Amino acid sequence: MSDVTATSGRGFWDNSGGRSGLAAWIFSTDHKRIGLMYFWSIVIFFLVGVMLGLLIRLELIAPGVNFLGAQRYNATFTLHGVIMIFLFIIPGVPAAFGNLVMPIQIGAEDVAFPRLNLASFWFYAIGATLALVSLFTAGGAPDTGWTFYVPFSTRTTTNVSLAVFAVFILGFSGILTGMNFLTTVHRLRAPGMTWTRLPLFTWSLYATAWVQVLATPVLAITLVLIMAERLVGTGLFDPASGGDPIMYQHLFWIYSHPAVYIMILPAMGVISDIIPVFARKPVFGYKAIAISSIAIAAAGSLVWGHHMFTSGMSDMAVLVFSLLTFIVAIPSAIKVFNWVSTLYKGSIRLDPPMVYALSFVLLFSIGGLGGLILGAPGTDVHVHDTYFVVGHFHYVMFGGTGFAFFAAMHYWLPKYYGRTYNKKVALWAWGLMFIGFNFLYMPMQILGMQGMPRRYYDYVPKFADLNLLATISSWVLAAGLLLMFANVFYGLFRGKPFGTNPWGGASLEWTATATPPLLENFTEEPIVTHGPYDFKQAGVRADD
Amino acid sequence: MSEHDKGHIIGYPVLIAVWLALLILTAITVAAAQIDLGELNIWVALGIASVKSSLVIAVFMHMKYEKPLFQVFLLVALLTLAIFIGFTFFDVLYR
Amino acid sequence: MTEQHKDYTGAKLGMWLFLFTELILFGGLFILYGVYLNRYPQEFITGGGELNVWFGGGNTLVLLTSSLTVAMSISALQRGNRSLCVKLLVATIAMALLFLVNKYFEWSAKIHHGIYPGAPSLQEGPPGESVFFGLYYLTTGLHGLHVLIGAGILTWVMFLVRSGKVNGDDFVTLENAGLYWHLVDLIWIFLFPLYYLVL
Repeated sequence: MSDVTATSGRGFWDNSGGRSGLAAWIFSTDHKRIGLMYFWSIVIFFLVGVMLGLLIRLELIAPGVNFLGAQRYNATFTLHGVIMIFLFIIPGVPAAFGNLVMPIQIGAEDVAFPRLNLASFWFYAIGATLALVSLFTAGGAPDTGWTFYVPFSTRTTTNVSLAVFAVFILGFSGILTGMNFLTTVHRLRAPGMTWTRLPLFTWSLYATAWVQVLATPVLAITLVLIMAERLVGTGLFDPASGGDPIMYQHLFWIYSHPAVYIMILPAMGVISDIIPVFARKPVFGYKAIAISSIAIAAAGSLVWGHHMFTSGMSDMAVLVFSLLTFIVAIPSAIKVFNWVSTLYKGSIRLDPPMVYALSFVLLFSIGGLGGLILGAPGTDVHVHDTYFVVGHFHYVMFGGTGFAFFAAMHYWLPKYYGRTYNKKVALWAWGLMFIGFNFLYMPMQILGMQGMPRRYYDYVPKFADLNLLATISSWVLAAGLLLMFANVFYGLFRGKPFGTNPWGGASLEWTATATPPLLENFTEEPIVTHGPYDFKQAGVRADD
Repeated sequence: MSEHDKGHIIGYPVLIAVWLALLILTAITVAAAQIDLGELNIWVALGIASVKSSLVIAVFMHMKYEKPLFQVFLLVALLTLAIFIGFTFFDVLYR
Repeated sequence: MTEQHKDYTGAKLGMWLFLFTELILFGGLFILYGVYLNRYPQEFITGGGELNVWFGGGNTLVLLTSSLTVAMSISALQRGNRSLCVKLLVATIAMALLFLVNKYFEWSAKIHHGIYPGAPSLQEGPPGESVFFGLYYLTTGLHGLHVLIGAGILTWVMFLVRSGKVNGDDFVTLENAGLYWHLVDLIWIFLFPLYYLVL
């Protein structure tokens, strides 16, 4: 395994499958090329989403109409939600980094169904395109919020039908990726890659894939129902013809709550992979972390009702869903405790991936504790549909999954380009982001406690100071993001060369492949003899 | 991947026997629907449908001859579906 | 390294996972059925009474038999009897089309009687009936779409078998197409009593 450094050249970049230009990418079934296509598309949509978010904050800089006005504000936050959720957070870590890293981590040449994998990317591209088209055609940009709640979504004249269809197509993309990853992990592990030697990132993808396969179809049928409602008027959610609008909320959250775990589980996997490497210690509680991924996936499917405490659901359901919600906190806390125990007495190196990973632990914990406030019906009634909720899910989704995405980007991406970024600049960018982030979303949580409702373009003057602070902080955060991306992207193309294993990782992507990896990853099938965090047995150490 | 996993050939008589059983069960389910059992009717209908679908899954779809992993997968999927349906009734039945 | 032979177990595992997604897709409609049956038992019985058991029962026979033929076609191919396999597949496809023709007549009779989503007679009637027929059209429509897709897939596989690309040594494509077809049958096994035989 030590002679992998001997392989020079540009790895899979040199092998375009006999195609050139764009065709070498959009027809490639190489998981690394597909992963990179996902990565770049996701980053572009993320930046669009960031711009929309900045617009929302700009409108809210002071009370009254400022830049957008009511209707455009509604369209802007709907779009911000749809893009960030369906085009960035859900596919972010699993589709981009899952594709790039997972097959190598288990010692496979590719995923189980490479052509299906490419189809999955195409579905993503088509869905994303349709989502954008829906903004400029028919009745204009949808204004329902990303949840498409009835009855408004079946009555509004904006272009909801096309937007809903776009999300339906995106759902297909997720389902196909999930099927593919499950089959890959079951069938293509290298000899010696037992279930207890799987890197925790792969474990988390495995749990995520189950959720993708079993929950996404419910979203699909829900969206079909909205389309049927709008096009032929089946009246299934319309009280006038005997339907029940609350059933829409059930169906929607049966998918969308598990989807929250599609967003966070792979992010937790990234953190579980990064922390041991930069603490130079085998991960603490490997089995507990692995099983807690499955436990989160399972328990996460039982709790959708906690989005509906104020919707008119029965008290029995409120009780049951609240109780089960608290159960999800257990496996999540198990992970946090194990990460912290891994750090204990470690020889910690504060390289950029580690700094992003550590801020994940902090921000996710803050967001997660806020989740307990929302999970208890008594307190939820007070803060439901306020900025507390907005602050909460930005802490979990952006502070959690977003920062994990950046951690993964700093950790793995140089491996695929063979060049790396400037570490100092990366840390400066992190500092800006961290400050901007907290002064953006913490005021939101306070505002929510004080009763500021979400989804309005206007507010009463007493909320002005904290809103101004949040808007200014959004610029700091944006500046940090810009600096971070500029630094990483410049580094990937023009930066210093990146060695085979500069971080000193012990899983296969570091020990058994060249930088950048070859077309089918390995020159010969690797035989795994130790766990992914047994740094001593692997004989690896970090470069200085 | 050297194992021989191309599966088992199911004889025509077995398939035809399952088909006959399915037809008979269909007849029973139609007949049972003519008798008014109150709320029980729907459960009888669902029960017979479950027996029919188990036959289709086990024999026509070769589940009986697959590796245990497939059976575990199926169980996970059915359990998930049962939870989705069942938990909705925590709301609907107690409203 | 690409000349590796196919991973049969992997291919079937993937197909089963896909079937689960289909099952849960229909599951969403079954949730609605259960909830609304619970709320409007009487209206559901009236609505079910208006559906024609002969159409539903006839289509049940057609689908069960087509499931038999597709299962037999796999055994035939495994035994190397390609021409029997093709004949059985043609029979399956014919039955799929028969099912759709039946469905067409059934739907047109209903629509002719003024029963369709958003119809005035439904909007004036009791609310539960409109929900029943809304679900009926959606569920059988979605199922019909699956029959159509299934027939398309079986036709494609039939040509692959005829050309020998799918054969006694490499038949996982046929097996997976068969699995899809059986799923269509499975869904119908539940649809039939729930819509045509409610009492």
